[in-house]
Amino acid sequence: MAALCEEFTLCGLVAGVGRGLLGLEPGLGSDRVLLTDRGRTATLYQVSDQKPLGCWSVKQDQTITCPAVCNFETGEYIAVHDDKVLRIWKDEDVNLEKVFKATLTAEVHRIHSLPHTEPLVLFRGGAVRTLDALLAAPQQEIENVISDEVIRWSEAFMETEEPVLIFITEKNGNYFVYVQKVNPDILHKYKLQQEESSSPLSFTAYTKNKSLTLLCLYSNRCVYKVLIPLQQCVPEEEQILSKSLLLQSVVSDTVLKGASLAILDKDHVAILGCLDSSPNVAKECLSIWNTKFQTLQTSKELPQGTSGQLWCYGEKFFLTHGKVLTVIVYKCETSSLAAAVGKLKDTQTLGMRTVSSCVNWNMLQEEELASPRKQQSVTAKTESKRTLRSRRNNVAKVQRDALTVEQLLSDIKDSSQNDIEEELRQFLSNSQVSDFQATVGYVITGLVNRCKTEPMFYPRNCLVQLIQTQGLSYSLCPDLMAVALEKTDVHLLQLCLQQFPDIPEAVTCACLKAFLSINDDSLEGTNVNLDSVINYIDITHNKKVEKQTETVQNGFSSELMEEDSYNVQLTQKPQAMDTEELCPVGPQKAALLNAILHSAYSETFLLPHLKDLSAQHVILFLQYLQYLYVKFSEKVSFTDLPGMLSPTINQIMDWMCLLLDAHFSVVVMLPEAKGLLSSLHKFVRAQVRFYSELNKIEGSLQELQRIKHQKDFGLYSIEMLELV
Amino acid sequence: MGEFQVHRVRFFAYVPAGIRCLAHSARSDRLALARTDGALELYNFAANYFQEKGIPGHETRSIEALCWAAGDRLFGAGLSGDISEYDLEKLRVKYSLDGFGGPIWSLAADAHGTQLAVGCEDGSVKLFQILPDKIQFERSLDRQKGRILSLSWHPSGTRIAVGSIDLLRVFDVRSGHSIQRILVDRCLQGPQSRECVVWSVAFLSDGTIVSADSAGKVQFWDSEKGTLLETHPVSSSAVLSLAVCETEDSIVVGTSEGAVYQFQLLPLKWGSAESQWVRTKPFQHHTHDVRAVAHSATALISGGLDAQLVIRPLMEKVHGKSYDAALRKFTYPHRRLVSCAKKARLLLFQFPQHLELWKLGATSATGKDGDVLPVSRAPEHLLQLKSKGPEHICCSCVSPCGSWVAYSTASRFHLHRVRYENDRVSIKRVAAMPKLQGSAHQLLCSADSSRLLVASDQGSVHILELLEPGGCRHLQTLRPNSESMEAVYLLAVSADGDWLAAAGGDWAINIYSLRHFKPHCTVPAYNCAVTALAIHPVTNNLVIAHSDQQVFEFSIPSREYTAWSRKVQQHGLHRGWLERDTPITHITFNPKEPAHILLHDTHMFCILDKSLPLPDAATSLMNQITLKQLSEKARRGHVHAFKICKKYRPLLFMELLDEGSLVVVERPVMDIKTQLPPPVQQKKFGT
Repeated sequence: MAALCEEFTLCGLVAGVGRGLLGLEPGLGSDRVLLTDRGRTATLYQVSDQKPLGCWSVKQDQTITCPAVCNFETGEYIAVHDDKVLRIWKDEDVNLEKVFKATLTAEVHRIHSLPHTEPLVLFRGGAVRTLDALLAAPQQEIENVISDEVIRWSEAFMETEEPVLIFITEKNGNYFVYVQKVNPDILHKYKLQQEESSSPLSFTAYTKNKSLTLLCLYSNRCVYKVLIPLQQCVPEEEQILSKSLLLQSVVSDTVLKGASLAILDKDHVAILGCLDSSPNVAKECLSIWNTKFQTLQTSKELPQGTSGQLWCYGEKFFLTHGKVLTVIVYKCETSSLAAAVGKLKDTQTLGMRTVSSCVNWNMLQEEELASPRKQQSVTAKTESKRTLRSRRNNVAKVQRDALTVEQLLSDIKDSSQNDIEEELRQFLSNSQVSDFQATVGYVITGLVNRCKTEPMFYPRNCLVQLIQTQGLSYSLCPDLMAVALEKTDVHLLQLCLQQFPDIPEAVTCACLKAFLSINDDSLEGTNVNLDSVINYIDITHNKKVEKQTETVQNGFSSELMEEDSYNVQLTQKPQAMDTEELCPVGPQKAALLNAILHSAYSETFLLPHLKDLSAQHVILFLQYLQYLYVKFSEKVSFTDLPGMLSPTINQIMDWMCLLLDAHFSVVVMLPEAKGLLSSLHKFVRAQVRFYSELNKIEGSLQELQRIKHQKDFGLYSIEMLELV
Repeated sequence: MGEFQVHRVRFFAYVPAGIRCLAHSARSDRLALARTDGALELYNFAANYFQEKGIPGHETRSIEALCWAAGDRLFGAGLSGDISEYDLEKLRVKYSLDGFGGPIWSLAADAHGTQLAVGCEDGSVKLFQILPDKIQFERSLDRQKGRILSLSWHPSGTRIAVGSIDLLRVFDVRSGHSIQRILVDRCLQGPQSRECVVWSVAFLSDGTIVSADSAGKVQFWDSEKGTLLETHPVSSSAVLSLAVCETEDSIVVGTSEGAVYQFQLLPLKWGSAESQWVRTKPFQHHTHDVRAVAHSATALISGGLDAQLVIRPLMEKVHGKSYDAALRKFTYPHRRLVSCAKKARLLLFQFPQHLELWKLGATSATGKDGDVLPVSRAPEHLLQLKSKGPEHICCSCVSPCGSWVAYSTASRFHLHRVRYENDRVSIKRVAAMPKLQGSAHQLLCSADSSRLLVASDQGSVHILELLEPGGCRHLQTLRPNSESMEAVYLLAVSADGDWLAAAGGDWAINIYSLRHFKPHCTVPAYNCAVTALAIHPVTNNLVIAHSDQQVFEFSIPSREYTAWSRKVQQHGLHRGWLERDTPITHITFNPKEPAHILLHDTHMFCILDKSLPLPDAATSLMNQITLKQLSEKARRGHVHAFKICKKYRPLLFMELLDEGSLVVVERPVMDIKTQLPPPVQQKKFGT
């Protein structure tokens, strides 16, 4: 559910109330915004404190014509005044007259600044330059790309670490979309499909899966979605972009005026607009819509009027309301039917937290229980990179007409793998197909059937793409996993395990068996998603799995401290539970096993299948589970390991118990399992002791608290009392 | 605003007596309650369960059974063998009559209120005719062996069921013969040799007899055939008491384990005519024997040896989740048992048969809020004054200077002169006492200790002049203009000694001028019991607290409610204030802060600051804790007239000694519990 939370005023607006602001750009740091009014001033605000940090003005007769932006790389601010004069300054500069100045040869429309890259300058003529290229030769000739078209909207994105700039121009009611890549310099031009009787009011866009999704708000209160592929060669002719209806925000035929659109997350958009329902009373309101369920989540009336501009940075809306700039904090949680019925799995990531301390449980002897030794502080890697598949970029003709399902299904039966792949990509980008889920089901069944009949045919990329549509389940394509198991396509299996809610226990077990039996070396090249392990397995160092015979920390040998009798004969593995211990499996395998741990199961159905595992596999899996358990316990303050899709402690413990249940007699008999079991036992015992000590401390503290409260006053006392 | 040195006194060893029997009158909605020490109390349910009347106990007169009959006449009988009628206006026993059957265990009036039946130790059931001004022995039913512990009339008045040891009997009233003899099983478990005492019986109109016995059973019998209908084992120890509601579809029983159970007559199936008695609700509000239960139309009432009276409204009978549905527990009396000599810093504690005079301690230290100051001089027990004779003390007072102590029993009035000579206390009884008409119900000394005011019967107040070195003289008796039959139970005198306010059992408040010894005016009638009265020392405004928690301020000089009082009525008191469940029992003032009224009930004491705005419904009534956390400036926006302190409780008494010095008398429930005999041993866990 999305909700509007508190609201506060950032600042008052003096001049040009009706016209709104020239621009509001994020500043350095998440809590700062750079506000440029339609006059001469740019001001930097600290949002949470509602206070200005700096204010810069140009001379009396000059006007800022392009909103000031912050260059995130250098921390400088860039603005253009009088269309052509570029100014660059820093926080400590006071007077804009004295800062760096460059006069350009063409009029600047806007400057777009993105993190980790050079700002892009968009000229009114449609040309795009990076700032450094421009500053190297300010007087260079700027070409005119668009002829008498006016730029209505522009936005820049990072796509595969390269900036992409998209701008939309208008000429005589026709809208054109330009996509400009900077490196290499490629420009695409598209025409936006026309809509009768209504015109686009506001645009916003986001990139996902190498395609750009453009959302347009039309004056008939509809939001349309336009998919623009980013990986294409320069086509010969101008293409027309078809659009699909994403959201119809109102049923009546009222006309929207001066409206704005913002994307909040993949399911939510915010619309700020003036509803021209009755002739005199223009009602302006801000509303959040869920595009998945087509529902209005929340809305807020803004009776004092707005300028129709809406910015949205860091979970806050910024809008001009009356004579002030108002900030409205919003909350937007993923909406799903599961959430509505309370069955949502908690998939929040803890990546942002840092690990403060590591505890070595083995070092906790009875006498040391009260003072857990602090190991070196490890900072969790908060950055989680997505290892994206590098798909082959086939050159294909873009067909004008949408591909029909029947066509695709018949093609699947006989076309070549590459053709199918290209058709499928097109088909998927054209997602306004009705009953999308069923269609995807047909397609994947078709593919799997062909796989079964033709052993050589295995359109892996297509299958991956289809699974990533998130519309599939095991029951929709029961043979897919069997085929993938046959081909040992671990990546596909991982995806299935992560996405299918209804995998039978037998298949889960088969996957587990397959994963355990694959050699780590053979997994090295595969593109398994490592998100779930990246935070606790050091991928680079784990490769050299060298068994150290003994670990001595600060000259302390755990061997000498051991007093338990059964430990003596097992001293050949004293380092078994050390924090320095390396993961028993490679990171790829670990990620695959995590996917297993994450899958849903029912104990009764799982147990018989678990019994099929061989002893070696059981030991290996147990070792891995133990490794996870130790990792967990090191981070005392955590209930979950950091990172996406990491297994929870409950999942680990459940699987460990299940595994021991299924194979207890085997494990007890195996000599190589003895060390493992005893260290597990010792470890669990240490934990139990530690927590029982903690419980005792808690009890004593509570008692102290109680004593403090219950004072006995005796039969007589004189006390002071103040009544206010 | 207000900083006080609080003398927190916990050495008042007050132990309320256990409750022996209860009788609820549906007609007047009053509950009569008798304690084990023979004291009788009357609770008015309509006046927010206020204990409006009390008759002090008596050493030899224990009350075993109470009943209402012939309208609002209250009869009691006890182990002394006497049957008494109580005078509820003069608050004493009207007359007593010997039953000539030995100790009386049970008493019941028939449905028409014309006949009383008593069950005696010698096994006889005697019938008395109720005449307008007395009762007259009519006849005895056939005498049987074994004491009659319980009896119940059939609603038709033709049969009486009696409970004895090991058996039940049914008597035909007309012939006087026993027509049915029913043996009751001795025990459910344990030795068979222990006799089974039928502690309570009830005769229902359909002929069913309900019995409660010492074996822990509640049994239903057919009185015609003498057969057992149902047995409900309720307790492993005895079931002591039983009461049926008027509609005969609900029964309440009390056990010696302190539990109270409700039985309800419920249809076997929805809509079917056949119904069955089902044990429905258990309540465990008592720790000791529940010797008495009563069933009003809407509530279960139980009283136990732990001295608690519990009124548990039945949710299905009370509409909505209102304040009426709340459980009420009464442990402390609604009367003042402590009096304070402000100037001499003495406290006088009233016990049933003696008085204790204590001198408060002192400290030389000062501190801030919450500090416990070191006591430089410990409190001192000056004297203990034992009352002679079997009668219990009904009221007492100490003069502000501390040199006079007065107390009264039902028949006699005593005055003592106390002298303090360098650490020695000597006491001398004033022998020549003027003969006063009527008994004293309340005593009060004037502020200058020169006069003693005695509240008496028929609305009269006697004024005695205290004479040095140790004498007294009857000055005047004040009577209200309108004829009143009710005794005065509350007095208030003004600091200048000019005015006297007296509230009687008819809830009328008369104001007299003490200068002219004549009635001055009457406070406009308000239809609720008065719980406390006080006259402001500066303005001579009379502050009145009622049992419905309303507070009025009446200006005596101008004979009208003050503007502030009108404002309070207009604005309405805060809900949190109105829903307190104990009455204001004492009001006092701070002469240095004329706008302040100090009042207290059992659970809080409050400074009512008339200069501050009244709280509205949205603000919290108890806001002291939040206020203390605010800055001086921020407080101003939040303060309201009620400054409530709940730190000291249960509070029996509170008085302002002088500016900045308060005395509070607490009596924690735990301290009372430790004085009680051990309860029935119960296994709580396992085994």
